[in-house]
Amino acid sequence: MLLIHCPYCEEKRPELEFRHAGEAHVARPADIANISDAEFAHYFFYRDNPKGVAYERWRHIHGCGRFFNAARDTISDKFLTTYKAGEPKPELVEAANENKAEAQKGNSAK
Amino acid sequence: MRKYSGFAVAREAMRGHKGWGQQWASPEPRKEYDVIIIGAGGHGLATAYYLAKEHGITNVAVLEKGWLGGGNTGRNTTIIRSNYLYDESAGLYDHAVKLWENLSQDLNYNVMYSARGVMMLAHNVHDVQVFKRHIHANRLNGVDNEWLTPEQAKEYCPPLNISASARSPVMGAALQRRGGTARHDAVAWGYARGASDRGVHIIQNCEVTGIRRSGNGQVTGVETSRGFIGAKKVGVVAAGNTSVVMQMADVRMPLESFPLQALVSEPVKPCFPCVVMSNTVHAYISQSDKGELVIGAGTDQYTSYSQTGGLHIIQHTLDAICEMFPIFTRMRMLRSWGGIVDVTPDRSPIIAKTPVSGLYVNCGWGTGGFKATPGSGHVFAHTIANDNPHPINAGYTMERFTTGRLIDEAAAAAVAH
Ligand SMILES: Cc1cc2nc3c(=O)[nH]c(=O)nc-3n(C[C@H](O)[C@H](O)[C@H](O)COP(=O)(O)OP(=O)(O)OC[C@H]3O[C@@H](n4cnc5c(N)ncnc54)[C@H](O)[C@@H]3O)c2cc1C
Ligand SMILES: [Zn+2]
Repeated sequence: MLLIHCPYCEEKRPELEFRHAGEAHVARPADIANISDAEFAHYFFYRDNPKGVAYERWRHIHGCGRFFNAARDTISDKFLTTYKAGEPKPELVEAANENKAEAQKGNSAK
Repeated sequence: MRKYSGFAVAREAMRGHKGWGQQWASPEPRKEYDVIIIGAGGHGLATAYYLAKEHGITNVAVLEKGWLGGGNTGRNTTIIRSNYLYDESAGLYDHAVKLWENLSQDLNYNVMYSARGVMMLAHNVHDVQVFKRHIHANRLNGVDNEWLTPEQAKEYCPPLNISASARSPVMGAALQRRGGTARHDAVAWGYARGASDRGVHIIQNCEVTGIRRSGNGQVTGVETSRGFIGAKKVGVVAAGNTSVVMQMADVRMPLESFPLQALVSEPVKPCFPCVVMSNTVHAYISQSDKGELVIGAGTDQYTSYSQTGGLHIIQHTLDAICEMFPIFTRMRMLRSWGGIVDVTPDRSPIIAKTPVSGLYVNCGWGTGGFKATPGSGHVFAHTIANDNPHPINAGYTMERFTTGRLIDEAAAAAVAH
């Protein structure tokens, strides 16, 4: 089970308190009635699904109830950081590389 | 290739089993192939087999980054059934069941297909209504599926607890008698042997790292951990890794990859005659010929490529198993593992051409593609050979997420093993 740091409650809590809520930073098109079907499909159905750093939404459903964002390495499942909704996407390439090196040494957190 | 038969077994018994030979060859890659298949799971190997057998295309390589059948094919709980709701699904999954019925003979390889029946339990009024709707829809499509009362369900599967005081009481069940199980490894091995015998190259430990295209966008081959290999056509059959492989050709996919876990118990004498699934409490179970209970759990909630999942998912499943089958409360579990399943928004696969000329994709089987292995390989081979889909997979395009013509088994069943 993952341990997740809620940026609002400011503590690590077990995964059971949280609900994963899909890819983060997917902006709803402002003129949604006017975009093409293909654009709508990409907004609604297509996902990056990265192997490596994923930006994703979580909701502290059995805690404060709030949505926040996280950056997690989908190879090791290790969280790189969590941050409040509305804050910009952090740049985390280096952190991910460190994570990978650690995973190769066999001491990834999970 | 040495043909397997009762006579061959007797002959080999007389001479210390020294004459069996290798089941498939491990050749060096050629410079170029007519078709390269990325991924030697059941679906990729079946595609290669039918390309050779039905379409006479034998200059084919199947490239596998790990070992043959080591992906979801070797990790799944082998439930086979075809009682899906929609016409497109009935067409595709029942096509597969019909191929399963004769697959051991066709491959001359015992895939141990056992039509022991798949029973899906209904635990609430919603389940009852949905299952009855499925039964009617299935009958219209010529797919067998029948309604059982709790007593009939218990008769079919004696370990089942139908007590009204159970936490999730059994209100009835839908039974597909032609459903059942098969031996997952044998399916991969049998297709590999059949394909190799027809000239297909199976190349293991060869990871595809890039998809090369010419100036006009046509596929020309793949970069691999063993160097560049040319190809006129490339078929991607990479299950949980499909988004990553398709990204190599700059194609974004309507897919998310999730861990899905399963586990087996210590082996015991035959005590469980069929396959039982419960979508509502989320557990499914059968007994392997070795005697282990084979138990499937749910997906983790987050995307991952780690091939492991959380222990609480398994515990939740075992809670449900013990509730439904009190005789198993003292069984010890031996092993658990995870696979990475690629899930589409409507929980139906994509078997289609792609925006890149010469590139084809067969993916999105999610938590339930083992059952479709023969049918999937069969129609995907047709799609690649003719650069046009077979009527059975014509609706399984990527464009359906743009046009809205979904095959929405997600809404129909909520779960789909
Ligand atoms: C725990 C679990 C239980 C399941 N239970 C059932 C069930 O009861 N019934 C059912 O019908 N289905 C079930 N499924 C789903 C089923 O296993 C899959 O849908 C099916 O096996 C997919 O087959 P495949 O050949 O497409 O994929 P795989 O067998 O995963 O093959 C894909 C192959 O591609 C290779 N690959 C990936 N990337 C590359 C690359 N870059 N280069 C080279 N090779 C690459 C992988 O190594 C892998 O071997 C289950 C799955 C899991 C994980
Ligand atoms: Zn919180």
